[in-house]
Amino acid sequence: MTEKKETPILKPLRDVGIVGYGAYIPRYRLPAREVARVWKSGTGGLSIEEKAVAGLDEDVITMSIEAARNALARASIDPTEIRAVWVGSESHPYAVKPTSTVVAESIGATPHTQAADWEFACKAGTEAMQAAIGFVGSDMADYAMAIGMDTAQGRPGDPLEYTAGAGGAAFLLGPAEMSLATIEGSYSYATDTPDFFRRAEEKYPVHGERFTGEPAYFKHITSAAQALMEALNCSPSDFQHVIFHQPNTKFPKRVAKQLGFTMDQIETGLLVPKIGNVYAGSSLVGLTAVLDVAEPEERILLVSYGSGAGSDAMSLRTKALLPERRGLAPRTHDYISRRTEIDYATYARYHGKIAMK
Amino acid sequence: MEISRHWRLKRQRYALIGEVCPHCKKKIFPPRDICPECSEDARTLYQFSGRGEVYSYTTVFQAPAGYEEHAPYTVALVKLEEGPMLTAQLTDLGDEPVEVGMPVEMVTRKLRSDGEKGMLVYSYKFRPRFKEAVR
Amino acid sequence: MTMTQDAKTNKDVYIIGVGMTPVGEHWEKSLRELALDAITALQADGVWARPQALYVANMLAPSLSGQTQLAALLADFAGLRGIEAITIEAAGASGGAAARQAYLAITSGVIDVALIVGVEKVTERTSAELEAALSTSSDADHEAVHGITPTAQAALLMRRYLHEYNVPEDAFAGFSLNAHANAVTNPQAIYRRSIRVENYLNAPMVSEPVNLFDAAPLADGAAAILMARSNALPEDLPYPPVRIAASSIVSNTVAIHDRSDPLLLDSVVDSSIQALQQAGLKPEDIDIFELHDRYSIYAALSLEAAGFATRGEGWKLAHDGVIAKDGEIPICTFGGSKARGDTGGATGVYQLAEITLQLQDRAGENQVQGARFGMAQCLAASGATAATHILSRKDGP
Repeated sequence: MTEKKETPILKPLRDVGIVGYGAYIPRYRLPAREVARVWKSGTGGLSIEEKAVAGLDEDVITMSIEAARNALARASIDPTEIRAVWVGSESHPYAVKPTSTVVAESIGATPHTQAADWEFACKAGTEAMQAAIGFVGSDMADYAMAIGMDTAQGRPGDPLEYTAGAGGAAFLLGPAEMSLATIEGSYSYATDTPDFFRRAEEKYPVHGERFTGEPAYFKHITSAAQALMEALNCSPSDFQHVIFHQPNTKFPKRVAKQLGFTMDQIETGLLVPKIGNVYAGSSLVGLTAVLDVAEPEERILLVSYGSGAGSDAMSLRTKALLPERRGLAPRTHDYISRRTEIDYATYARYHGKIAMK
Repeated sequence: MEISRHWRLKRQRYALIGEVCPHCKKKIFPPRDICPECSEDARTLYQFSGRGEVYSYTTVFQAPAGYEEHAPYTVALVKLEEGPMLTAQLTDLGDEPVEVGMPVEMVTRKLRSDGEKGMLVYSYKFRPRFKEAVR
Repeated sequence: MTMTQDAKTNKDVYIIGVGMTPVGEHWEKSLRELALDAITALQADGVWARPQALYVANMLAPSLSGQTQLAALLADFAGLRGIEAITIEAAGASGGAAARQAYLAITSGVIDVALIVGVEKVTERTSAELEAALSTSSDADHEAVHGITPTAQAALLMRRYLHEYNVPEDAFAGFSLNAHANAVTNPQAIYRRSIRVENYLNAPMVSEPVNLFDAAPLADGAAAILMARSNALPEDLPYPPVRIAASSIVSNTVAIHDRSDPLLLDSVVDSSIQALQQAGLKPEDIDIFELHDRYSIYAALSLEAAGFATRGEGWKLAHDGVIAKDGEIPICTFGGSKARGDTGGATGVYQLAEITLQLQDRAGENQVQGARFGMAQCLAASGATAATHILSRKDGP
């Protein structure tokens, strides 16, 4: 074998940052105790309080449009300057036909733009973001929109059903000098690890139960986080905030501890107890909650996880522009506090779990 | 199965793009090419803000074919702040009562799907204005 | 346009015979059979002259029965193969529109005798398909696509009316009470029973604030009228022919949202004024007004727009009994759409047939005593088309 190489950190030719960000969380909430009531599974081990559920007229397309509009409002740029609209999700409404073209059309980014959908389980959104960093960082484009959004599905009665939620976020990547937060560096780590998957044509995913833990979530997140911190020559105490993919409340807390982060550092971005696991939007919507409150010159570590499996890690530094721009769109907690509780039957209807034909 | 019709209308449906009359400055939605005010040509595109208020509203229980899965739903005449009125559904109402004069804002939502295999049709709908919706 | 006295006399157009089927759920009858029933009823009344043209009023045959070419089909089925036959569609105003076409053809001198048949068959499909078909009368791209229905449109207008005008809870009840009271003695009516104000107040909502008694039942039916020029009248008519003193059609925006004042039915204003001017009459000269009462809000708005009430007070005419058979301006004298039953595109032909019976003193227990002038007005949906006719006794001015 060869000697140990330097970690291949991803660093673009020109500095890139987030010039606009926007969250979207639908208004309906299904309490975990309601799922427990129906499936008689007790309420002792519930890992979240409630999850966000999309309305009958919502899907990844409509939710991405609103998040993208919020990002655009904060960026305050002309949408025709956007050269890519990329949407990562595992619940694209069409099997074939891009979500991204509808989003691009709706925000006025067509026709001089790239548009494509990304799929990598729960890290499809950060994957789109990595690509956008490269796209802008290579100077091919000044602006690229990366979105992670999901209306996550879980088989009725499956443990996933407690947490599989709806929501996500959009990020407009652009030149660092115009940004609300710059990307200090990023790194991606992927292996073939089948911890969770959904075959084509199947409605619900299957998961490997405890296999989703150590060899999957924990292995990939810790590897990615450690590699990036090492390459950037920094340690957990250098960050004010850290956001991990959050399939439940337990995993992100445990991985934080493993890596040496405190509960204070993960608190702001840990939304899973209130909105559930929003899959491709999970870590990204956590980042929006952090950007909603962070002061300039704070450092943020974001580490996603997608089954299959891989992690994207990014280090961000907030800039002076952030506080004045965040008021231009609803904050993530505005969406979280806009809530209407629904029962399991309504949830079943909204999620198409009642056969209508 | 309808395809080109929805495609043709996408700009107005997704983003509330109407027209402004270059002669009398009247804002026009839905776009109609001839100004209803001064009868001159009016094809200049105009992006509406999406803010408006409810002029009237009701609930549809007996839905037409293609809309049954969404019933009951609320429809309204919405007066846009730029002047024109339009017909649209109200959405995200939660438990709040709708009232004549209620401020609303445009969102892009799914209207229907054209059968099992056909297109998903997206369009403007209106919801209670976001800030007002926050308790 | 000027018309010499001589031409006017010669070109007077008359309704010489009428025939109607009962309005109801005619499961056993097709479109063509319903139409033939109406024609047969007309012939059985003892009035017939072979028409040179057939004008069929229909709205829903293409969408509900998969049938275009309805007029040709009916001409053939009625034993009139070979005559000029066309279908006239103007949604709920189709009946008035077909009568208008016949009137124009006859006054032009090209046609001497025309048959107008209004026919509608609404029971062929399930309710969701019917709603979709009815919604085609709104702007497909900007109204119907949003899932709006004619009932919802009426509710939007009624809600705004209630918002703008201070009206009591039972304001619109009078329209339903009057229609039901008049339908009791109409053998063609679908609901031959009277209702009380409590029934109205306790009725379930269809689309708030439109309740079950604000909405007319849609049903199958057909009506026929035979129209002829004064110099082509058959001899030995058993009943006096009824003169068409005025005929007018006015269009307006199809979409309600395109109107600057949705509570003002502009097409009704203009069509009523045109018709009254043609007939040389004022609103107070009209003895019967068969108006558009598919939903009670339209009855109120029509009374206001046609000049019988000031704005915001149309409901008072119902509330105070002014629209009753013995009131100052009787409406829905055979039950109207509310209780005779609404037959879509055929409704306007029923209206004309009913006024004809009134002016021939053949309305039986529904007779409005001494009526000389009757105005029939049908609207398409929320008033995108208003078709108005004024009928007069033969000896009228």
